[in-house]
Amino acid sequence: MFEDKFSRVLYIDLSKKSFTIKSRPDLFEKWLGGTGVGIQILKEECPKNVDPFSPDNTVIFAVGPITSLYPLASKTIAIFKSPLTGNLGESHAGGRSAVSIMMAGYGAIVIKGKSDIPVYLSIFDNEVRFHDARAIWGIKDAITVGKIIRQKETFSGQRSIMRIGRAGENLVSFASLNTETYRHFGRLGLGAVFGSKNLKAIVIAGKRTINLSDPKAYLRIYKNILDETTSSLMKKYHDLGTAANVLPLHEIGGLPIENLNRTSYEGAIELSGENLAQNYLGRRIACTGCPVACVHIAAFRDPHEEEKYFYKTSMIGYDYEPIYSLGTMLGIKDAKGFLKLMDRTEKLGLDAMSSGVALAWATEMLNKNLITEKETLVKFSFGNWERYIEGLENIVSMPNDFYKALAKGTSYASKIYGGKDFALNFGKNEMPGYHTGPAAHLGWFLGARHSHLDNAGYSMDQSLKGNYPRPEKLIDNLIEEEANRQILSSLVVCFFARAIYLNFDNTINCLKTIGIDLTKEELKELGMEIYRQKMSYKTQEGWLPNFQDLPKRIFETSAPFGKISEEYMNKAIDYFRKRLEKDFR
Amino acid sequence: MRIEIKDPDRCVGCEICMLACVRRQGFAGLAKSKIAVHSSGGMEKGFTVLVCRACFDPPCAAVCPTNALEVRKDGGVNLISEKCIGCKNCVEACTVNAVFWDSETNKPNICTYCGFCAMNCPHHVLYFNKEWGKRDV
Repeated sequence: MFEDKFSRVLYIDLSKKSFTIKSRPDLFEKWLGGTGVGIQILKEECPKNVDPFSPDNTVIFAVGPITSLYPLASKTIAIFKSPLTGNLGESHAGGRSAVSIMMAGYGAIVIKGKSDIPVYLSIFDNEVRFHDARAIWGIKDAITVGKIIRQKETFSGQRSIMRIGRAGENLVSFASLNTETYRHFGRLGLGAVFGSKNLKAIVIAGKRTINLSDPKAYLRIYKNILDETTSSLMKKYHDLGTAANVLPLHEIGGLPIENLNRTSYEGAIELSGENLAQNYLGRRIACTGCPVACVHIAAFRDPHEEEKYFYKTSMIGYDYEPIYSLGTMLGIKDAKGFLKLMDRTEKLGLDAMSSGVALAWATEMLNKNLITEKETLVKFSFGNWERYIEGLENIVSMPNDFYKALAKGTSYASKIYGGKDFALNFGKNEMPGYHTGPAAHLGWFLGARHSHLDNAGYSMDQSLKGNYPRPEKLIDNLIEEEANRQILSSLVVCFFARAIYLNFDNTINCLKTIGIDLTKEELKELGMEIYRQKMSYKTQEGWLPNFQDLPKRIFETSAPFGKISEEYMNKAIDYFRKRLEKDFR
Repeated sequence: MRIEIKDPDRCVGCEICMLACVRRQGFAGLAKSKIAVHSSGGMEKGFTVLVCRACFDPPCAAVCPTNALEVRKDGGVNLISEKCIGCKNCVEACTVNAVFWDSETNKPNICTYCGFCAMNCPHHVLYFNKEWGKRDV
C-alpha cells in the first residue's frame, strides 16, 4: 500500500488564491506517479481543446514513489498544455525539485487559474503562501529573481526555487522554467504558461520521514543501486557531462551544424566537452540524491567593457543540447561565444534548444533572401555570436511582426514567412541534436513529447549501424521502448539511469521495500497503458503525424549511415498511424 | 573531528550523506538527518557541509536545562531522548549550526558518529576518523 504522503495532491487555484490538499491513492496506486499520474490529472482537470494561455490550462508537477528513496530518482515531471505545440506538454527537470516536492509532503501539485497580479508561491509542508511578485516581475534576468527569493525564504539547502524570466512573462511560446539556476523545465513552453497565470516563481521545501516496510532490505538494495550508479556506467556523465557527446557525434557525422546544412566543421573541437572541461569547467554539481553530478558549470571570465583590469566572472551551466543548439547549429566556432549565448538564454528564461534552432532557421532565411534585415533587424551569419545575442533579446522583446511570429516557434514563423523545408521542428517542437538516421527523426516526430529521450531512436540508429529492419518493425521497436520508458518517467527516474531501472528486477526490488508488489509483466503492461493514455490525449487535442510535415532538410544532409530514405520514412509513418488508430487512440 | 570535512571543494551537493544518515536509522526522507549540506550562497558558489565537530566541552550540552545531552568522554554528546523537553537551546548554542531539529519528534538530531555518511559519500568529501578521542588533540 502507498503511504498517504506519496499520494497527497496539492491543488492550487491562483484566481482565488486558495488551495486544498486531497489524498488520491486511487491515482498513485494505479499509475505510480510522474507521467502516469500527471496525464490522468491533466485529463481530469484541463478542459478539452483549451487555449494554452487560458486560466483553465493546468500545470501538474508530479514525483514518484521512490523519489528521495533511491539514487537518480531525482526528477520532477511537469505536464501541461503546451503553447508551442498546442498539444501535450511534458517537461522533466532535476535539481532539488523532486525531493523538495516529496519532502513537502506531496506526490503531485496541480496549479490552475490566473492571479490578478504577479505572485510567487511558497510551499512549506501544509502551508501555501501567495506573495506579491510585482516587484520582481520584469527583472532583467531570471538568476537575480532566484537570488532575491533565496534571501527572503527559509529552508536553505533543501528548497527548490522554480522561476521564469522575461521570456515567460512575455509569453514566448518556448519560454522555460528555471530551477536551482542550472536545471530547467526547458521544453514546450512551461515558462509561458506560468507567465499567462501571472505566476513568477514557486519555492518549495519540507523535511519528512518515510517509513519503510523492510528497512534492512532497503539498505541492501540501495547499496546495490548506488554501486551501479557510481560504476563506469556513469563515468562519462561525471567526467565530461553530457558534453561528452559532441566529438563522438561529430566523428560519425551525426552532429547538426549550421541549420543542418552540414555535419562537420572545425568548431566541434572548440565546443567539445573535453575543451570546455579543460579550459572553462569551474564546478560540477548534482541533483539531490544523485551521485553522478553531471551538471557542469563553466567559470567564465569576461573583461569589463569600461574598466581596465576589472572582470565579470560568471558561472554558466552547459550541456550537450545547448552546445548543439546555441553552438553548432549556429556555426559558433569559439567556446566563449557559445558560453555568452548560453548565459543570455539562461537570463532571459528561454528554452536553449528551440531558441538556437529558431535563430538557425532565421539565418538561412536571410542567406536565401527569403527575408531581409527589415525582418531580422540584425544581420545574422553563422558563427557570429554577437548578432545572435541581439537575436535572443529580440525574440523576448518582439520589436516587430517577424519576432512576434518567431516567438511562437519555427513552425509558426515558417508558415508565414516560408522556409518550411528547413524549419527544423517535429510536431512543432524544435529538434534535438542528433542527425543519426531515420530512427532518431521518427522517434521524436512520433514520440509523445517530441524528445530524443522519448524512445531513443538516436540510440537505435547507432546500434543498427545502417542495417535497418522493415519500417514496421522499427516502429514496433520504438513504441515498445517508449512504453517501457513510461515506467522511468512515472517512478520518476533520470533517464541516465535507464540501464539500471529498466532492468526491471532492480525496480521490482525497490518498490517492494516500500510495500508495492508488481511483477515485470505488470510493469510492462502499465508502461504500455500510460503510453496509450498519452497518445489518446494527443489525438484528442488534434495531433496526427503526417509525412508532409517533416522538414525536407533531414533528407538532404547525409546521416552517418547514408541519406535517409523518404520512402522508408513515409511507410514508417503510415504504419505508425495504423497502430495509433488501432491500439492507442 | 570524528567526521572530517576532508575536501569541501569536491562536494557536488548530492546530499547522499544526508539520505544515508536517515537510512542508517531505518527510515528514508530528511527529517532525521544529523548532517546537512547547504549551497554557499547559490549553487554556483559550491557547498557547505554542516556536521557535528564532537566538541570536548560542547556548548549544546552546557545550555541543556534537563541534562538531556550527556557529554561523551571521547567528544560530543549522546541524546537521552526521554529527558528532552524540546526547548531548542542546543540548536541556538551550536556555533557551527550542527544541531538539527526533527520537527516530527520535536527533538534535536544529534550525530552518533557512526561514519555511515562518510562511507557513502561518493566524492570523498567526508572522512571518518575512527581514532578520534583515542589520542590527544
